[in-house]
Amino acid sequence: MTDVPPDLDLEPREPEPLAASPTAYAPSVAERLAILQRAGGVIVPVMTAIFAFLMGGIVVAATGHNPLKVYKGIISGTGLPWFVHFGHHHIDIPFTHHQVFFWWDTSVANNDAYNLQQMLIIATTLTFTGLAVAFAFRCGLFNIGGQGQYLIGVITGLWIGTKFSGMGHLPHILFAVVVASLAGALWAAIAGFLKATTGAHEVISTIMLNWIAYWIGSWVFGQGGPLQNSFNKSLPVSNDVVPSAKLWVIWGNPALQALHIGFLVALAALVAFWFTLNRTTLGYEVRAVGFNPEAARYGGISVAKNYVVAMAVAGMFAGLAGVMDMLGYQYRFGVLDVQTSQIGFIGIAVALLGRNKAIGIGLSALLFASLLYGTSTRTLDPSVFPPTLASNLTWMIQALVLLFIGADVLILYVWNARRKVLRAPRAPRPQPTGSS
Amino acid sequence: MVARAETPRWTGLGARQIAVGGILLGCFAFLVALPPITARAQWWPPLLGILAIGAGIWSLTRGARRPGWFAIAAGILGVGLGILATQASSGNLDYVVNWAPLFSAMFVFATPLTYAALGGMFSERSGVVNIGLEGMMLTGAFFAVLGADKLGNWFFGIVCAIIAGGLLALIHAFVSIHLRADQIVSGTAINFLALGVTGYFFYKVYGEQGTPGSISQVPDRPRLGFLSHIPWAGHFLYEVFGTLNLLIWFAFLMLIVSHIVVFRTPIGLRIRAVGEHPRAADTVGISVYGVRYAAVVLSGMLAALGGAYLSIGFVGSFNENMTAGRGFIGLAALIFGNWRPFGAFAAALLFGFSTALAFRLGQPWGNAAVLFQALPYVLTLIAVAGVIGRSIPPAASGRPYRKQ
Repeated sequence: MTDVPPDLDLEPREPEPLAASPTAYAPSVAERLAILQRAGGVIVPVMTAIFAFLMGGIVVAATGHNPLKVYKGIISGTGLPWFVHFGHHHIDIPFTHHQVFFWWDTSVANNDAYNLQQMLIIATTLTFTGLAVAFAFRCGLFNIGGQGQYLIGVITGLWIGTKFSGMGHLPHILFAVVVASLAGALWAAIAGFLKATTGAHEVISTIMLNWIAYWIGSWVFGQGGPLQNSFNKSLPVSNDVVPSAKLWVIWGNPALQALHIGFLVALAALVAFWFTLNRTTLGYEVRAVGFNPEAARYGGISVAKNYVVAMAVAGMFAGLAGVMDMLGYQYRFGVLDVQTSQIGFIGIAVALLGRNKAIGIGLSALLFASLLYGTSTRTLDPSVFPPTLASNLTWMIQALVLLFIGADVLILYVWNARRKVLRAPRAPRPQPTGSS
Repeated sequence: MVARAETPRWTGLGARQIAVGGILLGCFAFLVALPPITARAQWWPPLLGILAIGAGIWSLTRGARRPGWFAIAAGILGVGLGILATQASSGNLDYVVNWAPLFSAMFVFATPLTYAALGGMFSERSGVVNIGLEGMMLTGAFFAVLGADKLGNWFFGIVCAIIAGGLLALIHAFVSIHLRADQIVSGTAINFLALGVTGYFFYKVYGEQGTPGSISQVPDRPRLGFLSHIPWAGHFLYEVFGTLNLLIWFAFLMLIVSHIVVFRTPIGLRIRAVGEHPRAADTVGISVYGVRYAAVVLSGMLAALGGAYLSIGFVGSFNENMTAGRGFIGLAALIFGNWRPFGAFAAALLFGFSTALAFRLGQPWGNAAVLFQALPYVLTLIAVAGVIGRSIPPAASGRPYRKQ
C-alpha cells in the first residue's frame, strides 16, 4: 500500500496550495472534525471503541486469559448491573421525609449501587477534563495541558479547602471553586497568550506547563512544603479539607466515598459547553477561529483574543475537575498522587472519542470511567484477571482508541468499503475532481 | 577624516566578543563564591556582575543583541546566586558544589535526554512531530531488561530495546505518515500504548516482586585509568570521565555522527528538505514517505537506547513508568537547542546539571530543591516564547504530506 485508496470520497477537497504554504498540505483539526461529521454521527466513535476493545481482547487472549470472562468481570465491577436488577424499592423525596416507589435499590447496603456511585465520581472528573480538551480543540488548539491545569486546580482548591475553617458552608465552597477554576484558567491562558503573541506552539507550552505544575505540586505537598500535613510532618500529603468546604453528597453514604454534587455540576457544564459554543457570540468566534483562523481574521474576529479565551475556558474546566475531586471525595492530595495522577491525560481520549461534542463527551466519560473503575483493585476479582494487568489493559485500550481516532481515515475506509459492498449494484458515484 | 563604516572597535574587540566576555564574567560572579575559590566577601559577586551587565549593555547598543541579552541575564543571575552562595555555610557549599561528582552525575542524567533529543531531531527534521519519545523510551527500558534477562547478556538487551523502539515508532510512522493522522494524537497514543504494554508485560513476566537483581548490565567501560596520571587535573578528570558507562560514550558518538549526517551528507540534506518543504523535495524525486519513515523509526531506536541506558545501564532494573517524563525533557532539550544536535546536547547537559544539582541541594534546602527540577521546563517555555532568541521548528513539522 503506497497511499490511502483514492476512492475515499469523504476527504475534504483540498484547495491547491497557494504559493508554498505548508498549511495547505493536510486537513486541519477542524477539517478533521468536519470529515467525521459527514461520515455520519456516531459510527466512527462506536467503531473505534469496538476495535479498541477487540484488540485489547486479543492481547488478553494471547496472554492466556479468557477475554469474555475478563470483560464480564470488569463490567460487573462498574456498578452498571445495578440497572438490570429491578425490584420493589423506595426512594426519599428530597428535603422531605416521604418515600415513593422506585424500581431500583438505592440503599447504602447495595454493593452495585456503591460501585455505580464510584464510577460516576470518576465520570464527573473525566467529563471536566474532557471538556478542557474539547473546548480548546474547537478553537483549533490542542490542549495537552489538562493534567497541569487539573493539578493547579487541586493545589488551589486544597489551599482554600484546608484553611479558612471559619467560613460558612456555601461561601467557603463557592470561594474555593471560583478561585481554583480561575487559577486553572490563568494557568492555561499562559499557553494561549504565548500562542497569541509569539506563536509558540500550544502543544509544547502546555507540556512544559504540565511539568512545571507537577514539580510545584511535588513541592507544596512534600515535606516542609506550604500545604504539607501540619499534624504529621513526615507525611508528604496535604491536610484534610475542613468540613465547611466539603461538597454536598447527593447519593450514597457520606462516610464512604459517595456521589457528590459535582456530578450535577458536570452535567451543567456539558450543557454550558454546548450552549456557549452553539448559541453565543463567543462560541461562534471560537469555532470560526478553529475552522480557519485566516478567514476569521478576515471576518473581523480577533484570533489572538480567542486563543487566550479558549485556553482560559479550557483551563477553567480542568481546574474545576481538580477542585471538585478535592472537595467532593478525595479531601487530600499527596506527592505520590501528583506523580501517579493521569486523569488529565485521559481527558484527551474522552474528548476525542466524544468527537469534542457535549453528548459525546458525556458518554465517553462514562465509558472510560467504567473502564477505570472496573479494572481497579477494589472491584476486579484477582482470580478472574489480576487488577495490575487490567489497569494496564485500560491504558492499551485508551491508546488504541486514540490511534484509531487519529487514523480516522482508516476507519472511514473500512466503513466505506462496507457501504460499497452493500451498494454494489448501483451506478458508480462520480469521481472526485481536482487534486487526487 | 574618513568615516568609519564598520562598527566602532575598542581595543580591537567586536561587540560580540565583549558580550561573550560579559557572559563569562556573569558566570564568574557566581563561581567566585563557590569552591574551590569560595570568596566569602559579599562585594565580589556584585562587582563582577555589574561588569558583566555593563558589557552586555555596551554590546547590546552596538548590534550584538542576542549575546548582549545573554550577558545581562548572566550578570543578574550571577549577582543573585553569588550573594546567595556567600550567605550559605561553607560546609553546605562544600557538600553541594563538589564539582567532579556533579559533572559525572550531569553526564548520567543528560545521556537519556541526549538519546531522546537526537531521536526527536531526526523525526522533527523530517517533518514528523514525535510526542511519543517518552513512550518509545519506556519501551526501550522494558525490553532492554527483558532481553538482558531472558537472553542473558546486556548486548541482546540493547538489541531488543532497539527493535521494540523501532517497531513502536513504526506504528507512529504508519499512522502519522500514511494515514495522515494528527501527529500529536498519534504521539499521545504511543505514550499510552507504551505505558500499557510495558506495564502489562512487566506484571505478566515478573509479577509483583519486580525484575530480578541479577540482570546483566551495560559495563562502565572503557575505564580511563591513564587520566589520573595527568598532572594537576588528573584526579578531577578521572572522577568525571574515568568510569562513564559505555552507553554514555556511545551517546557522544551518536551526537557527532548525527551532526555529520544531518548537516554534512546528502541523506541529511534530504531529511531537512522533506521537513522544510516536502513538496519541493517530492518534485526533485526524493521519496517524502520513505525519508519520513526512516527518520521516525530511527528516532524510536535512539529513544529506546536512552531507555535502555536508564534500565540496564544506570538503574539495573525496571519499574512501571520508570522514564517519568524524561522523553519530554529530551523533547524540551531539542527545542531549547533549536533542533540542532549540539544545541540539543548542550541543553541536555544543562538540564542534566540542574537535575544533579537538585539532588545535591536536597541536603541543605530540603524539599524545596525539587523546584529546581522545573527549571528545564521554564527555560524551554521561555525559549519557545522567544524572549531570548527564538526557537524555530522545521517549517513542515507536524504537517502530514499528501502525494499529488
